[in-house]
Amino acid sequence: MDLNLNPNIDDPDGFYKELIDSQRRMNDTEAAMMNCKLVLILANHIGDREVIRSALRMAGGRL
Amino acid sequence: MLKTYTHPRFSYKQSPEQKAGEILRHKLVIIGAGPVGLAAALDAANQGLPCVILDDNDTVSMGSRAVCYAKRTLEVLDRLGVGERMAAKGVNWKLGKVFFKDALSYQFDLLPEADNKMPAMINLQQYYLEEYMVEAISRKQQVDLRWKHKITALEQKDGYVALTVETPDGVFTMEADWVLACDGANSSVRNMVGAQWAGQAFQDRFLIADVIMSAEYPPERWFWFDPPFHPNQSVLLHRQPDDVWRIDFQLGWDCDAAEEKKPESIIPRVRAMLGDDRPFELEWASVYQFACRRIDNFRYGRVIFAGDSAHQVSPFGARGANSGVQDTDNLMWKLKLVVDGDASEALIDSYHEERAFAADDNILNSTRSTDFITPKTPSSRLYRDAVLRLAHECPFARRLVNSGRLSMPTPYANSSLNTPDEEPFPGGVAPGTNAADAPVRVHDQDAWFLNQTGRGFTVLSFGPVPAEYVAFGRVQAKVLEVGKDIEDVSGHLAIRYGADPGTTYLIRPDQYIAARWKRFDKAKISRALARAMAS
Repeated sequence: MDLNLNPNIDDPDGFYKELIDSQRRMNDTEAAMMNCKLVLILANHIGDREVIRSALRMAGGRL
Repeated sequence: MLKTYTHPRFSYKQSPEQKAGEILRHKLVIIGAGPVGLAAALDAANQGLPCVILDDNDTVSMGSRAVCYAKRTLEVLDRLGVGERMAAKGVNWKLGKVFFKDALSYQFDLLPEADNKMPAMINLQQYYLEEYMVEAISRKQQVDLRWKHKITALEQKDGYVALTVETPDGVFTMEADWVLACDGANSSVRNMVGAQWAGQAFQDRFLIADVIMSAEYPPERWFWFDPPFHPNQSVLLHRQPDDVWRIDFQLGWDCDAAEEKKPESIIPRVRAMLGDDRPFELEWASVYQFACRRIDNFRYGRVIFAGDSAHQVSPFGARGANSGVQDTDNLMWKLKLVVDGDASEALIDSYHEERAFAADDNILNSTRSTDFITPKTPSSRLYRDAVLRLAHECPFARRLVNSGRLSMPTPYANSSLNTPDEEPFPGGVAPGTNAADAPVRVHDQDAWFLNQTGRGFTVLSFGPVPAEYVAFGRVQAKVLEVGKDIEDVSGHLAIRYGADPGTTYLIRPDQYIAARWKRFDKAKISRALARAMAS
């Protein structure tokens, strides 16, 4: 399966708010730890190493 | 001086050849009487290959050093005659616990398979192994073990090696058809042949301490990440016999190694870890920097490398001594066949092929463990801690916790000595994999399957066999017919080998599978035998 970079989440504005709200009361250290946990949890859910590799490339490519 | 162990002193004797000023050509000279050199000498003797083994010291290892011996290594040592003693003296353990801060993060069970002669893992001080091996060697006429012999120069000649050797009586020359360098990670022989030694040293230091105390802790491996008694670093605890406990304290790169080695630095660390005022004594301690490195080629002409002289790993995973003993297990039968003229030197080159592959596997595992234990960047540290925090609740994260992946024999999956399966073979033991053990009966006595193998090639067959051996040239593989030569009373052998009536395996002298078939076919077995000898 290819990494899906097209819209895939309903209610994008709602999703985005939920994401940033989840860290609203966190300091930088806490947010960084949460992000790491989130990456691990989502990567495990995806499971497909090719998809994860494409995502790593996409996220790390143009900083 | 250790309190729980008295080091034997082995007497130096001047050799007749040095006394006579005579240059002798030996078939095999082994350099270094550590666990790997001693294993090589015992194996050579079992193969009927005479050898001289030289060591620059006159005793067994100082300090405990290697501690954990894995099942496959114990099987090799059993073939060499010291495995039962090791298993009887060692601490048998199977449960590993990993703590993060002050809580248990997860635990693993080595899940030893029942009905095997050897346990999954034992802990034993290295000097016991060496002592047992030296004793076994004293009963072998074909091994000439010489203490206080130091190699100072080595020259490759046409078809042999000239060695300059220094003893308390001065310097003399020895010649050898083959030299086996088992002189450790700082091998001088490796420098003498000009070999490349590449890899990485980890920017971290560890204090390794052996402590004597009576404690009621169970025989388990305990590993702490960032414990309250040693914040931001890791600690590993192993139980050894004689009430000796091995503790590894991670110290970090900025520590003062000389200062950390002093008892006044070590004792408060141990005291904080124990958390109470129970008495303990310090047996031995050292500060290490770990590294993973490999020699570019395990063979330089007539000089062959085994153990730490060929590959160095960090201790997490117990892959140092274990893989060193497995090197000699792979090499010695090949050397014997080449020395006898039954195989070409291509068989020696297959030693590099198979064991460099295993070394790379061990280095990969060891490097990954060290990267987890000693994160190299702030972001990898954050991921490491995130894994540990998730491990308690999330089963998937437990699989990512890496406090050392414990030594397993590397299958030589793509070895040129293997004969690939010619038809699908569900289950069983694939070519290139070490043979499985099982309880059997031989001559109406309880016995173990692996003990019936290891002296030359073996043909294991589960069907009627119209032959007692299969040959290639002068080399014969002895047939072991289930139901006739051995009884599979419990059925374990047939299950482990995925066997139906007729199933046949060709097993190498190092107890690795060379080939397997659904039916006994003498011509096919003979071809596989030739292939397993690189012919």
